[in-house]
Amino acid sequence: MVEHSKFRDPELARRIAEKLHTIAPESGIVKICHVCGTHEWTITHFGLRSLLPQNIEVIAGPGCPVCVTPASEIDEAVQIALKGVTVTCFGDVLRVPGSEKSLLDAKAEGADVRVVYSVADAIKMAEKEPRKDFAFFAIGFETTAPSTAVEVLKKPPKNISFLVSHRLIPPAMELLTRIEDLRINGFIAPGHVSTIIGLKAYEIFPKLYHMPTVVAGFEPLDVLFAVYMILKQIKNGEARLENEYARAVSWDGNVKAQELMRQTFDISDGEWRGLGKLPLSAFKLKKEYIKYDAREKFGIKIKHGKDLPPGCQCHLVMIGKIKPTECPLFMKVCTPQKPIGACMVGIEGTCRIWAKTINIPV
Amino acid sequence: MCLAIPAKVISVHDGKAKVDFGEGVLREVDVTLVNVKVGEYVLVHAGYAIQVLSKTEAEETIRLWNEILEAEKQIKTR
Ligand code: SF4
Repeated sequence: MVEHSKFRDPELARRIAEKLHTIAPESGIVKICHVCGTHEWTITHFGLRSLLPQNIEVIAGPGCPVCVTPASEIDEAVQIALKGVTVTCFGDVLRVPGSEKSLLDAKAEGADVRVVYSVADAIKMAEKEPRKDFAFFAIGFETTAPSTAVEVLKKPPKNISFLVSHRLIPPAMELLTRIEDLRINGFIAPGHVSTIIGLKAYEIFPKLYHMPTVVAGFEPLDVLFAVYMILKQIKNGEARLENEYARAVSWDGNVKAQELMRQTFDISDGEWRGLGKLPLSAFKLKKEYIKYDAREKFGIKIKHGKDLPPGCQCHLVMIGKIKPTECPLFMKVCTPQKPIGACMVGIEGTCRIWAKTINIPV
Repeated sequence: MCLAIPAKVISVHDGKAKVDFGEGVLREVDVTLVNVKVGEYVLVHAGYAIQVLSKTEAEETIRLWNEILEAEKQIKTR
């Protein structure tokens, strides 16, 4: 493999940053939106915003899977756990607020809630304790959904079911293009989601919405070059789909993963925290796997939840409308130690990433 | 959570592979989603390899970056 350090070469970074200044339009704000918590981490951690020309803004869209999971689905997991079922989930899901309780609260009340690293671990746990009922809380975008599909298709033991809460990224990007006062000029598309869904999934953005769209990797240089590619398109008056992350992303993506997802899930409308229902933006288990559907198995269906604790601006942070620092609660009442909203809980939440970075621009 | 980390494949057996994340410790990951050979690099997300990394494309990216920067220089000196 090409040496990792080449993708982090500070000299290249300095030169590309300089070049951004020569290609950026002289006036007018250019707003570039990414939709991935890992991109936000790279941008914030390496201070990339400070390298950009003043009129170039990079904003964070709804790219934190844990944060976008609506309170109603956290409530479902909590209810299942309080029924005496062992709920397994990824680590940062524990503290995500539901309408009244988080899974951690349920655990404090005596429910059996366990953190796993992967869905495979959840299956192993269920195999080891065949007398117990398990439910795996399947959160995540297209990057994570294939692993759920792999395990469902393997016909796991009867004592495990799945609370499927997977969400799809392109419909969220479509929402962003439709929010008029957001005025996005280009998209940095999420690299890891794209390894699965491929470049082709974003064709509509340049074609239908005239949005320069560049799939990018996660090194600082990946992001800076993606910004360059978008600015160049803007300068040339074009809107094209480009691939900066060719070392991991192809036009078709991971066809096998797509096929397994097709076999396992139907696509349905899905609720996003604070953003309402987005058409065709969620996976649900197909009929033939209904016996693995935790909602069916435990008779649970919660339609509405309370997404935003009083004062929390997550719904605006999540679409890049405001910065975390513009939320009055940020670092005053809401901190990584005592988070109020989901964006401060998820490892990829914008508020959390900003809070964890020392030099927060005020 | 969409974080995926590159790892080198050390051995493959029945849909699983032993991989090295560069720390010397070998870990087992699921490779159902990819066709992978020993010696190749994969991106691992939550215990599953989700894609094989292309060495040629990685080199091509670095070449392209340099080309973009060189083009800039030429314009400047012209
Ligand atoms: S700082 Fe806390 S309260 Fe404010 S938007 Fe972020 S998560 Fe919500």
